[in-house]
Formats: sequence, structure tokens, C-alpha cells
Amino acid sequence: MTSSDDGPGRLLEPSLLRDALHSALRTGGEFAEVFVEDRRSMSALFDDGRVEELTGGRSRGVGIRVVFGETTGFAHTADLSPEGLRSAAEAASAAASEGGSGLTVALDSVQEVHPGVVAVLPADVAKARKVALLEEADRVARGEGDAIRQVTVRYADSRRRIQVANSDGLLTGDDQVRTSFSVSCVAAGDGGMQTGRESVGHTVGFELFDRVDVADLARRAARRAITKLDAVPAPSGEMPVVVGPGGGGVLFHEACGHGLEADLVAKSASVFAGRRGEVVAAPFVTLVDDGTMAGEWGCYAIDDEGRPAGRNVLIEDGILTDYMWDRLRARREGRDSSGNGRRQSYQHLPMVRMTNTFLLGGEADPDDIVADTERGVYVAQLGGGQVNTATGDFVFGMTEAYLIENGRITAPIREGNLIGNGPDVLQDIDAIAGDFAMGSPGTCGKDGQGVPVGDGTPTLRVTRLTVGGTAA
Amino acid sequence: MAELIDIADRVIGWASADEQVEVFVVHERETEVRAYEQQVESLMVAESQGVGIRVVRDGRQGFAHAGTLDLDVLAETLVEARDNVAFATTDEWCAVAEPDGVPPAELDLHRAALTDHPTGAKVAAALELERLVGEADPRIVGVESAEYVDSIAESAVVTTTGIRSTSRETGCYLSASVLAGGDGETQTGFGFSIGRQPGDLDAERAAADAVERATRLLGAVKPDSARLTVVLDPWVSAQFLGIVGSTLNGESVLKGRSLFADRLGEEVAAPSLTLVDDPTDVAAFTATAADGEGLATRRNVLLEDGRLLRFVHNSYTGRRSGGASTGSAVRGYASTPGVGVQALALVPGSRTQAELVADVEDGLLVQGVSGLHSGVNPVSGDFSTGAEGLRIRRGALAEPVREFTIASTIQKMLQDVSEVGGDLEWLPMRAAGVSLVIGDVTVSGA
Repeated sequence: MTSSDDGPGRLLEPSLLRDALHSALRTGGEFAEVFVEDRRSMSALFDDGRVEELTGGRSRGVGIRVVFGETTGFAHTADLSPEGLRSAAEAASAAASEGGSGLTVALDSVQEVHPGVVAVLPADVAKARKVALLEEADRVARGEGDAIRQVTVRYADSRRRIQVANSDGLLTGDDQVRTSFSVSCVAAGDGGMQTGRESVGHTVGFELFDRVDVADLARRAARRAITKLDAVPAPSGEMPVVVGPGGGGVLFHEACGHGLEADLVAKSASVFAGRRGEVVAAPFVTLVDDGTMAGEWGCYAIDDEGRPAGRNVLIEDGILTDYMWDRLRARREGRDSSGNGRRQSYQHLPMVRMTNTFLLGGEADPDDIVADTERGVYVAQLGGGQVNTATGDFVFGMTEAYLIENGRITAPIREGNLIGNGPDVLQDIDAIAGDFAMGSPGTCGKDGQGVPVGDGTPTLRVTRLTVGGTAA
Repeated sequence: MAELIDIADRVIGWASADEQVEVFVVHERETEVRAYEQQVESLMVAESQGVGIRVVRDGRQGFAHAGTLDLDVLAETLVEARDNVAFATTDEWCAVAEPDGVPPAELDLHRAALTDHPTGAKVAAALELERLVGEADPRIVGVESAEYVDSIAESAVVTTTGIRSTSRETGCYLSASVLAGGDGETQTGFGFSIGRQPGDLDAERAAADAVERATRLLGAVKPDSARLTVVLDPWVSAQFLGIVGSTLNGESVLKGRSLFADRLGEEVAAPSLTLVDDPTDVAAFTATAADGEGLATRRNVLLEDGRLLRFVHNSYTGRRSGGASTGSAVRGYASTPGVGVQALALVPGSRTQAELVADVEDGLLVQGVSGLHSGVNPVSGDFSTGAEGLRIRRGALAEPVREFTIASTIQKMLQDVSEVGGDLEWLPMRAAGVSLVIGDVTVSGA
């Protein structure tokens, strides 16, 4: 937890929050919630050989939610005065026209302990130090060879303080500090241009750079672009795919993560609906979503509904154990939220979201997995994906990948998507190594809202995935 | 409206003599109603505002933004933008836009009929859409979402260099996402209808499109890998054109990230392709008379009969490349003006999609794509996306197919277009769709 006089619990006075809850419940709502957010951000962009700009951002406001029956009313405002709050509360409650006595709320303040510790608040660090990191990364990336034609480096930090009060009497808050850095390079050769990117992001302060060497990050991004100048067209069709350590998290995020979100399950818009307790994956697959992983990109003390983050086992030894839950969906099932109720900002309604999703390590030796693969593709870095949870079909991009020929990693291949079906792919995993690593920070998009998420996996092999290249 | 420009004027009044200042202010009101099982699942009433302030001094710029227009925050934001100036590298081309004498088009994008529309009618529209979808076909087993959304947006740009621009617009849409099922399988489809006022919306069409898209995929199989002619549905071609548009962006060109950088005047596409970015076309969902720097938008022809005519520019990239802005600055309040197409469309051909399909011996109609952000690289041109649709055999639509990818390169696809359909349709994005026939695309399936 960061030290601050005006810490998470003090964005708005409890009496103001209580009054807003009373206003929200005046038309008969069963549940009301006030979500307060104050977000400050800073970013610095180095592009085309120069510091292009520094940007500072500030956003603060309140989102008020009222639930009655199956209906949720929601309104938000940037006006934090008592009048502004009352007006938003009344707008949120307008959808409830039943009339009612109005509940009385007594707030009981709870302070959850944040899983991580922020040693250096980024706002306390001189901007010149942040700019110096950009310059160093640009210099190192360009030093990797004349083929490097363009370098873009971005530094960003944010501090998001939230406060949640609801009609169950809960009053709690969190202080979330995130810092990230990325390097993107363009290399040019006889065959055209290629790109390489590396990024790092953690729920920590500026001490991130005590353990992350930006020069190393820049070197890897530049080498990735240069390596791909020799890339051959990716193959086309079904074949075994080996995903390297760290990279495969995106695969699980898409193949089954979204399908295990209770809001999609409740609408039967998931191929995993009604399958709790069933075998859905190979017996050595154990998948966990864990918002308590200290310092990881998707970590927090409480979710955006005030529920403490949890470590939730979704698939254990191949058996589907549970879905992920927010408050609304959990309440309908008569159970507790799993701490997965998140929202992009005070301007959004919370819904079920992943945090840090990862596959536990197995027994295999990563080198043996490759050596055992006659012909296939080795994916060293994945580049995002997308899933249709109702059909289970999902894609994920490969931004650094190689052919596997006769058990050896050979030529780099050009970028493209791979496509598979979630339930099939989970059954088709036939090897998991012990070399677990977390992947790059991600922004997960759902219903127009983006939230920070992390993922991780050891090296693994899927016996059959469709590689979407152009080569025969 | 008076209020926003007053706020911007006020900040400009705080500028000192040795600096240029640009203020961009927005205000938006949005209503979103979602229906589920004939109840209101959620009703959201949202009011948001924001300001972006850019300060330029001695060829260096600093920027700051805030999500509120409170006076104390405005002052704080200007101070922050000023403070950021000192850290930027001097760039001789860096400056706030100057008035360029191009008069803004007179576009009527605001409808009182929307601002006066009662919430109850919006709720009824969402419920009606859900009912229509649910009743349309016995194979519809669920409605994942049915919603009515509208927005009333206003913005203003004022600069110390003499720009004073305002705009306001209304927009609304109905959209449905449905589940069709049978025999243990589920397929999905969506449909929508867009307009500037509720009276423009066609719920029956939105429902019918969603139902058809979902039901016609029932029984879909994974196709065999092959090289085929594909027909891109308008929804898909609009997304493809959006990517093409990003490669014709003056910033990408200047910074060496466009695969068309050195190709002005060359034949980069099939002769059937004339590509125009025209935000003054009121039919475009993204029509606007002023760009993100407050300059008049205009009709820019990017490709003519396959020949590359021009790139789009904001004032910075225009100046630096020896020309001028094409009125193509794009931004939100939280960022400095970038460059981009705003309302991109191909000049349509004359035939219907059915006529185009009838001429394809062995091919595939692509009705949806996924993973455009992960499988398409606009710098290298590599193109690979997940897809779903229907096989075309001997000029007729045949079995539905799914879980495959289509792949080529952006450069090659532009050359391989054999015909542009006549079914141009504006969509809720920065590009219009039209059926497009493209030869020699790799389909990866079983």
C-alpha cells in the first residue's frame, strides 16, 4: 500500500456516499452502489528520433448503480458535489418506477491489504528521468544494426484510486499504481519491412526499472524485427504448434478464459455453460485466475465492486471446477463473487473479467517437446487474440514464430493468426513443460471496455491447430 | 454549444505571448438500453466531458488532458501541458494549425428529434428489437444482446493562431447479437441499424440480418485448405479498407512505417479501385465538417483507378512533407491530433452481391472475420484473419464454413480485386462497406 494522507478510503466523505445511496434507493431499488475513481496518468513518447511529447492526464468521477429485479440502472458524473451526486443517483434510479420505502444504509469501512507494495510513486520521479529511459532505449535499439529504420518508445504510469460504497453497508477502497514501458522497431530489408515489439508492465511504481533493463528490452525488440526480415511465408493448415514460455497465456485467455466468465455462461453464450465438474481438458491442465499475484499487471486489492481479489482455480487436472463471477451474477446464483467484477472506469458498468490467468507448470522438458515434433510451428511471442465464446472458435496472432522441421526450430515465419476451437484445443494439449513464465502485459477488451490483464504459461504443445499462413 | 466555445476561449485567454495554445473540448450525452428476456437488463445514462490542451513553444510541444471542465482543473491542465513542453525535443515543423482559408462544409448532423426523444421510447425500442429477434425463427435459441444506444456530442477547437471551430452531432443505433442452435451446436450473428435520429432506425432489418447471419451458419464445417476467390461481405470489406487507410496516413509515411511510402503516382491496386475519404458526405456515420485541429474537412481521393494519388495529413505531417493539411487530423480529447482517414469509401460498382457470387466458380463468401488486430501487420502488409462464411460452388452459395483463416498480403489483395459491388453501405466505423471480389486468397482449414 502506498503511503498517502488522502488514501483510498478518503476520496469522498462517507456521509456524502451514504446520502447518494439513499437517493439511489428512493424509488425502490434493492441494491445501490457508488463507485468513485480518481485517476492520474503520465506518458512520454519517443518516436522518429525525438521526444515527441509528454502527456499528463486526470480523470475523476462517480458511477452509481441501482439494481431492482433483473434491471440495472446506471449513471455517472464528473461532478462530485452533493448536487452532482444526487442528480446521478436519481438518474440511475429512474429505471425503477415501482416506488418504495427506500432502504437505510449504514456504512462500515473495510480496508483490504493490497497484494503489492509500491516503493516509488511515479509521480514523485522527475520527468527527466523518465525521458532518459526513452532515449536509452532508442539508442540501444538503433545500435542493433542499420536495418533498424524506426523506433518508438513509450513510458506510461498511472495511479488509480477507487472507493466503493454499497447498500449492503460496504465501504472500501484501493490504490492501484501501474508502470509500463514498450519498444517498437521497424526494420527494412530487401523483402520489405518487419516489426518487433517488447513491452513490460507491472502493478508497481518506478522501482520497476530496478529490475527491468530498458536496454535489454530495446535489444530484444530490435532483434525480433531484424530476425523477421528473413522470415518465410507461414504454413497453411493443421499442424502441431509449440508455444514458448510466457507466450501461451493469450491462448488460454481466448481458448477458455472468456468462456468461463459467468455473465456469458448465464446467457448460454459460452461453450462451457453447464459443464462444471466435467472433464474439459487434458488431465495435466490446471488453469488459475489470480488477482492477488503481487505486482502483476492484472492485480489489485479489491475489484471494482469492492470484493477482495481472489485466487480462483478454473480447471483442475482437466476438470472444470468453477467459472469467474461478479456480484450481479453471483447474487443470482446465491453465492459469493470471486472478485472478478471489473470496469474500465467510473463511466462503465462492472462485468466479469479476468485478472492474471495462467497455466500451472508440468513435467516435460521444453527441449524434448520441440525434439518430439516432426513438423510444426514454434511460437515464441503471441500478439493478442479474439474468441467467439458461443462457438468456442478463437484466433491468436504470432508475432515471432519459427518452423519446426525434424524436431528442430528452423526458419522464422511471417506474421499471421492461428485458429482453433477452445474445447478441442484444451483436449489436444499433449505436453506441458516446467519452465513457467508470465507473458507481456495485456489489455483485454470486452463489450467496449479495456482492463489490464496478465497471463502466463510454461512451454506447451497443442497437437493440432490451424496455422493461417500462405505457404502450401 | 456557446458554453463549450466559451470554456475554450477562456483557456486561450490564459496563453502567454511566447506560446501557441490549442484547446479541444468535448461534451457527450449517451443513453444505452439493453433488453434481455423482455426485461430491461440495464439502462445507462451517461454524461461525459473532457479537455485536451496542447502548448507549443520554440518548436516543442507539451500536452495534458482532463475528464472534467471544472475551472480549477482547466488551469491545472494548462500548467501541466506547459510543464511538459520543456522535455520535448525541438522540431522545426512542430506548431499548432493555422487557418487555411478552406470554408467548412455546411453539414446538418444534429437532430432535435433525438435530443427530445423520451427515455421510455428508447426502452421500448430495445424491448421491441429483442422481441423481433426472438420471434423471427424457431432456430434462434437466445439473444445475447439487444440494445438501443444514442449519443449527442458537441466539440470545439480554439487556438491562439485564430482557429475557432465548433461542431455538434447526434447519432443512434439498434444492435442485436443472437444465438442460433440445434443438435448441440451454436452459431452467432449480429445485425444493426444506424441513424442520426430514432426515426431513421429499422428494427426489422437489424433483427432479420442478425437472424440470417446466425442461422445460415448452422451446420458449418471446417473447410479444406485451398487457394480461392473470396467475396468479402460489406461488413468485412469496411474493416479491410480501414487497414488500407492506415497505410495511407501521412504520419506512417513520414516515419517510415507505410508500405506505400515511396509509391505516390504508381499503380498500387486493381484499376477497379477508386478510394475516397470524404467526411463531408452526410451519409457517413462519421461525417464531420471540422477535423481534430478545427480545419475544414474535405473530399480526398486517395486511389484513382488503382493509382496512388495522395496520403492524408494533419497540419504537422502536411507541413513536414512540403504540403498542407488535408483536413485529416483525428483525435479524442486525451491525445494530440493524429492523422487518419475519417469516412473512407470505394466508388461502388453496379452489381449486387448475388450477381458477384454467380460469377464465382469455386470460392467463399466471408461474412465475418476475427483477430484483425493480431493477424494483420500494416507495416509489413502480412494479412491473416480468422473467418466464417459460406462456400461458393458453381456460382451458388453452398455449405457454411467456420474455424479457418484467410491470408494474403495487403499489397497483393489490392491488386487481386476483380470487382467492386454496387451495394455500398455506411457502417458504424470510419469506412463504408461494399461487396468485394478478391482472387487468390489462401484459405487455411483442415
